[in-house]
Amino acid sequence: MREITYRQALNEALAEELERDPNVFLMGEEVAEYQGAYKVSQGLLERFGPKRIIDTPISENGFAGLGVGAAMVGLRPIIEFMTFSFSLVAFDQVVNNAPNLLMMSGGQFNVPITFRGPNGPAHQLGATHSHATENLYASVPGLKVCTPATPRDAKGLLKTAVRDDNPVLVLEAELLYSSKGLVEPPDEELLIPLGQAEVKREGSDVSIICYAQTVPLALTVAAQLEEQDISAEVIDLRSIKPLDEETIFNSVARTHRVVIVEQGRPFCGVGAEICYRIQKNIFDELDAPVVRVSQEDVPMPYNERLEQFVLPNADKLMAAVKKVCYA
Amino acid sequence: MLALMLLIRRFEERASQQYQAQKIGGFCHLYIGQEAVVAGAVAATRPDDYMITAYRDHGHALARGTSADACMAELFGKETGCSRGLGGSMHFFDKGNHMYGGHAIVGAHVPLAAGMAFASKYRNEDRVTLCFFGDGAINQGAFHEALNLIALYKLPVVLICENNLFAMGTSVKRSTSLKQIADRAEGYDIPGDIIDGMNFREVRDKLSEIVGSIRKEPHPAFVEIRTYRYRGHSMSDPASYRTKDELEKYRLDDPIIRLRAQLTREGKLTNEQFDQIDKEAKEKALASVKFAENSGELPVEGVYDYVYAKGAR
Repeated sequence: MREITYRQALNEALAEELERDPNVFLMGEEVAEYQGAYKVSQGLLERFGPKRIIDTPISENGFAGLGVGAAMVGLRPIIEFMTFSFSLVAFDQVVNNAPNLLMMSGGQFNVPITFRGPNGPAHQLGATHSHATENLYASVPGLKVCTPATPRDAKGLLKTAVRDDNPVLVLEAELLYSSKGLVEPPDEELLIPLGQAEVKREGSDVSIICYAQTVPLALTVAAQLEEQDISAEVIDLRSIKPLDEETIFNSVARTHRVVIVEQGRPFCGVGAEICYRIQKNIFDELDAPVVRVSQEDVPMPYNERLEQFVLPNADKLMAAVKKVCYA
Repeated sequence: MLALMLLIRRFEERASQQYQAQKIGGFCHLYIGQEAVVAGAVAATRPDDYMITAYRDHGHALARGTSADACMAELFGKETGCSRGLGGSMHFFDKGNHMYGGHAIVGAHVPLAAGMAFASKYRNEDRVTLCFFGDGAINQGAFHEALNLIALYKLPVVLICENNLFAMGTSVKRSTSLKQIADRAEGYDIPGDIIDGMNFREVRDKLSEIVGSIRKEPHPAFVEIRTYRYRGHSMSDPASYRTKDELEKYRLDDPIIRLRAQLTREGKLTNEQFDQIDKEAKEKALASVKFAENSGELPVEGVYDYVYAKGAR
């Protein structure tokens, strides 16, 4: 194992898949000559050439659809959105074409495409650039959605996504691109299956369910809780869809208390679905009502203090854990 | 090709009748009047060229070689349909015959055509992508984004605008700022042309020339093919936005009558031969209804088999 950044891990995943399969290509705004808006595609143009690393005009709907069409006839496109906030311009292609073709064609056309890019609120980008889109896309049958929080997960999930025969969205955590973590050496194949959560920290008093940018938050809070004699288990979903119910239910059956902390908005959020599934399947295991920590239900303000108020944070998470633990 | 045009006409007449008998659900858009467009296009191309179109797609599937049986069964929602009864009238697919749909969001398939053509260029194939759309599509964002990408990447696509003068009930005059649709292409530096869509031979000959040029060196082309649909936008549309006189004027210029007259004049077709071809088309259309009626439906649990493709590479 060696320590690399989240950004490098994604870069390695792209390079390895481009190397492995000539049908894979990367397309998006600034991915080639500019080396990626967030430098995720650094060096790829030089290594793989302009036929496979392709700059596009600012036309998300156009090039997302181009990817879907290329996937219909056997290529395996990786489409980068400079941020998933911009994917909303391509919503029709991602939601109405990519996942529907298999059903509409009676099974004749699957769409092996990866849509990837940063997702979720970053720092003071204002309302249009701060969308956490996971609940929008996870609600669509036919799409798969993953949300890596560590360099290792970023690499393993992206590689799996490229090899999947379905449209997969890899929602990268914008604030974590420079974070570091241990990853297997490049000569060791790293594939992490979609639909497998990971217990990032074991605990016995409460299960904190999190993903993407809320994973480091949950780990920080869990460390603080330990000092107060509360043992928190941190479950990183890694994939929103398919969802690993088993890991969630096993944890809850031991801790009997749950806090879900999500980077998105509360109404129809990912946490709402998980909460429903917990009460439906293992209601008797609960010793307290499930509590969710989400954004406030408002468009994201630019003002730093207001933004911090809107986002989930350590104080809110701490308070939620104490509430379910009656501490 | 006369046989194909007659098959499309007779198939659509049967579809209309079956829709009225409530054997067909959802929306149903008929191609009657526009037959020469797709017939000319298939006459100008190879069976392995990619074809993709919008929701008025019955004629395109038939032209590509999808059987009338599979088309009618699709309208009936049966498992023997070209999309197993899961797509319906607006979503005809036939991978074996390179028919890539049947797309019902106006303009949204033009980017897909760009992707298909991108793939053939990526693989150094000399395949051409035929992308059909209506006059209503040319004001959609997806259409414009795709045209720019197609021109920018020099993709081998023939963009075929079937201008039947109406986007549902809105005439081109009320929807489009241009005097002629072909001029849309100019803004993207794509060569554009206008073709009489009621004349099979003109469609075939002009498209043959364009396709030949694209095969030599990949590039896009745009054609506005002027045609007319005799029926309403869909089965539920009485088409009260146009006059009887206008419809009659186009009926006199019918593409089937025109091709028949051309062939007869040249001594290549007798009345008996025409009647025989038409009889066969009618029989095929009628047989397709029987086939569809006698076909089974997917079991309801089968619905889960078409959400995710199995396996990974």
